[in-house]
This record gives sequence, structure tokens and C-alpha cells, in this order.
Amino acid sequence: MSGWYNPTIARITLRALLGRKRALLLVLPGVVLLVLTLALKAAHLTSPTWPGEVLGRVGFSALLPLTALIVGTSVLGAEIDDNSILHLLATPVSRASIILTKGVVGSAVTVAFAAVPEFVAGVIAMGKVGGFAVGLGVGAAVGSVVYTGVFLLISTVTRHPVAFSLAYVAIWEGLVTNLVSGAKYFSVEQYALGIANAFAKDPDLSPHLTATTAVILAAIATGATLTVASTRLRSFTLAGDA
Amino acid sequence: MSTPAVVAPAPATPATATNTVELTNTTRWYGNVVAVNDITMTLGPGVTGLLGPNGAGKSTLLHMISGFLAPSRGTVTVGGVAPWRNPDIFRTVGLVPERDSVYAFLTAREFVTASAKLHRLPDPEAATRRALDMVELVEVADRPIDTYSKGLRQRAKVAAALVHDPAVLLLDEPFNGMDPRQRLHMMDLLKRLGGEGRVILFSSHILEEVERLADTVQVVVAGRLAASGDYRSIRRLMTTRPHVFVLRTTDDRALAKALIESPAVQGVELTRGGLEVHASDHGTFTRQLARISRDAGVGLREVIPADESLESVFAYLVGA
Repeated sequence: MSGWYNPTIARITLRALLGRKRALLLVLPGVVLLVLTLALKAAHLTSPTWPGEVLGRVGFSALLPLTALIVGTSVLGAEIDDNSILHLLATPVSRASIILTKGVVGSAVTVAFAAVPEFVAGVIAMGKVGGFAVGLGVGAAVGSVVYTGVFLLISTVTRHPVAFSLAYVAIWEGLVTNLVSGAKYFSVEQYALGIANAFAKDPDLSPHLTATTAVILAAIATGATLTVASTRLRSFTLAGDA
Repeated sequence: MSTPAVVAPAPATPATATNTVELTNTTRWYGNVVAVNDITMTLGPGVTGLLGPNGAGKSTLLHMISGFLAPSRGTVTVGGVAPWRNPDIFRTVGLVPERDSVYAFLTAREFVTASAKLHRLPDPEAATRRALDMVELVEVADRPIDTYSKGLRQRAKVAAALVHDPAVLLLDEPFNGMDPRQRLHMMDLLKRLGGEGRVILFSSHILEEVERLADTVQVVVAGRLAASGDYRSIRRLMTTRPHVFVLRTTDDRALAKALIESPAVQGVELTRGGLEVHASDHGTFTRQLARISRDAGVGLREVIPADESLESVFAYLVGA
């Protein structure tokens, strides 16, 4: 055990995450995206814009945030909800280490269940491993990390992380960032699309941020959410009812 | 509310800097609700029972001592250090939470080993063996925890809390859900740990549990410390309080006349529900009742203690 990453916590988190029934839900979004891509490809669509529109829109605004939501709220929110987190907190491990380790596990699992299917769907759509598929994969991977930070933070703020995370995805990412131009600077989806487009060079992805801006903002957002989540966990409180 | 009854216990092991828990004028409120009100206590080596009815503030006290709750006012220290926002406190503290929430997919051995590794013990496997042996869980240690009974789970939690050999062990309602045999086993274990010089603090709302296990009792009622000290002295205080009994007899009026002559009876009242007797001495009255009723030629159909609830005992202590 060394530094900020704690392999013991990582192993427990991973087993808890993949052992829960809700882990089955993780597979669904990726499978749906791949089936949709295969169906569209088989339909021999004449529109050349469908890969960008479908994989950019459906992938980055539905598959990615929903997968990250399930993972991000499971790795911490579920443990806070059933108080099993106490067995980690009743040790001298720093709270920052707990958050960072859970962030690494959550990000890795989200990459596996969201970014990898995005990449594979990109390969299927374009028929080759090119800039488009790599862009989708890299953009979704970065989005996985930032979303995980956001959902970890939400898990430390409220005892109802799933409901609040869903509201965040639907209202903020799905509505506000599309209606208010300045909100793009605070949108994980836009960070992911901006980075994806640096490789894909596909205007159909409709990115509103340059790659440089997206990378810088994604880094700031990840650092900020993990830092605040660590601070919140340091002040973790048990309600006294008896 | 009066000053709590305090009886100083004889310490079995001298208190040191690392095995003393101190609360000084500690208060905790939630909005307008005061959960813990101006409590001052010092806990040294041995087993201390934190006794009180549900909602009295026992868990709030344990959460503050374990650093999972900040006092609104006053101070809490463990080994001279404030536990709030201080994970290092768990180098000397072991916590057994009330809720039965463990990583049930792990075996007890994996669970305790994980705890040992999180404490960065030099030999986690050896520490795990020692802790499992201490709670007598070795034989089933390689079974997943979700196959365990409530008592076995509790022992797995205690093993995980003991793996780093803490000077202070906090247990929140450790006997909840245990069968009698499991209770006895846990009591023996805690007695042994307390005898080794550890500070053992456990909460309970069951008088008999505390009576059998604790050297010292802290009685909390409505957030206040109602009594503190040696259990036997507190028990004496409880048993000399007036007691109320409702009797159903063949002739309430005749028995009332006979009972009022007894020095152990303060007063009698004929009610629709039966004969209500206020006894000044619980022991003497219960010993004399059968003889008095026989001498009066009255048959006893039912004797119901009307104020034996824990709350009524606490209410008396608060007023003591």
C-alpha cells in the first residue's frame, strides 16, 4: 500500500461493484449502442452523417453519463447508503486516498463499459480503426473520468445520489448546456466531444469547445470534484438516532 | 434535571494517555433538537456500559467519540486528541457499528485481513489470525459473511475492529439480534478485553446486559447523564425507589386494609383495574405480599408491576 492509491480499497470496491445485481445494468447501455450501430450499418444508410450524429449524440449524452452514473454512485453512494463505508472510514486511511482509489476504480469500469463500446461502435460504423473510432474512445474515456468525479462528489453531498445524479444528467447536461451558451464550459459532455473531435475531425459530433479548452476544463473539473469529495468525506457524519 | 448520581469505580488498570476517553460539557444538537446535553465523563480501562432508552443519545455519544460527529459545544478527546476529522484516531480506536452492514461478499478472513492492511500492520495475516482466534471465528473464517448468523457477523465485525489491537473499543448495541449463547460469548470476550486494560464502551438499552458485563455504567436519559459510576450503587438506587403494582384479587378492599399496615407500603388505591399499591421497598414488598394476602384470606389472581419499564427506571434516576 503506498501513496494515494489503495489496492485494498480498490479490490473491495471492484468486487462490491461487479458483485451487485445492478452491475448487470452496466452491460446494457453498451450493448444497446452496439446493436443500434450494427442495425444502422446493416441498413446501408445513405446519410454520411449518421455515425457522428448517433455515436456522438446517443453515445456521449446517454451511454456515457448513464454508465458513469451507475458506476459512480455504486462505488461510493451505495456504501454510504448502507453504512458499509464505515469499515473503511474506521481506519487511519486518508479520506483523499479513499476518494482517489474509488475514482480510479470507477473511471476504469466506466471506460470498460462505455468508452470501449464507443470505440468498437466507431470501428463498426466506419469499417476501420481510424481517427473517428479513436476519437470516440478517447473522448469517452476522458468523459468517464470527469463524470466519475462528479458522481463521487454527488455521493458525498446527498444520501440520494442516484436521484440527484439523474437530475444532473437530465437537466444540466441534457437541457441547460444546450440552451445556455456559457454552460458549455461546465458540461462534461462537451469536454468529451471536444476531445473526441480532436481525433475524429467530424463536425457531426457538434463539439462546442476546442480540444485544448476541453482538456484544461476536464482536468480542472476532475481535480475540483475529487478534492471537494475528499473534503466532504473527511466530514462524514453519522446521524445519532439512539 | 438534577446532577447525575456519581459513584467512582475502582480502576482495574491505570489510565494512560492513550486509553482515556474524555467528554467535557459535550453538547450536540440537530436543529432545534438537543440530542446530547452538556455531558461530562471520563472513561478509563475496563468495560463501561452506556445505558439508556432508545433515542436517549447513546449513539450520538458514540459517534462523537469515534469522530463521526462534531460536538456542537464542548470537547471530546480520545487519548488527549480530538477525533473529529482525524482518521489517525483509529490507530488507537476500534469501532463496531450498530448496523449490520459489512462487505458480505467477503469471507471473515478477507474482511479482517482487509482491515489489517488498511491499518498498515506489518504482518496482516498474523494479525488476522490473532483477531479471528480472539473472537473464536477461525473455524468458519473462510465462509462468506453473507452465510453467517447475526452473532457470527457481529464477531467478524469485532475481529475487524480488534485487528490492530486498539486501546479503545467502541461498540454500538453489540448484542442486538444475538441469541443467548452468542450474548454470553460476546460478554466473555468483552470482559476479557476490558480486563486486559482496554477501554471498552458499549451502548445498550437492556439493563440486564449492562448489569452482567459492565464495571461502570453511564446512564443517559433524554441526552443528559442521569447516573454515572459503579453499577451496584446505581442498582441500589433503583431498587429503593417507590414501585407501583396493580393487584387483581378475590377481595381488593380487604387486601388494601391489610397491606396499608405494612411498612413496605406507602399507599394503596382502589381502581377499576384493580388494587394499585405504591411500595416503598420493592424487595420487602414482594417478599411480604404472599404472606399478607394469605393471612388476610384473600386470593391473589394477578400481580402486575406497573412501572418496571426501563423508561420509568430512568425517569426515577433523572429525578434522583
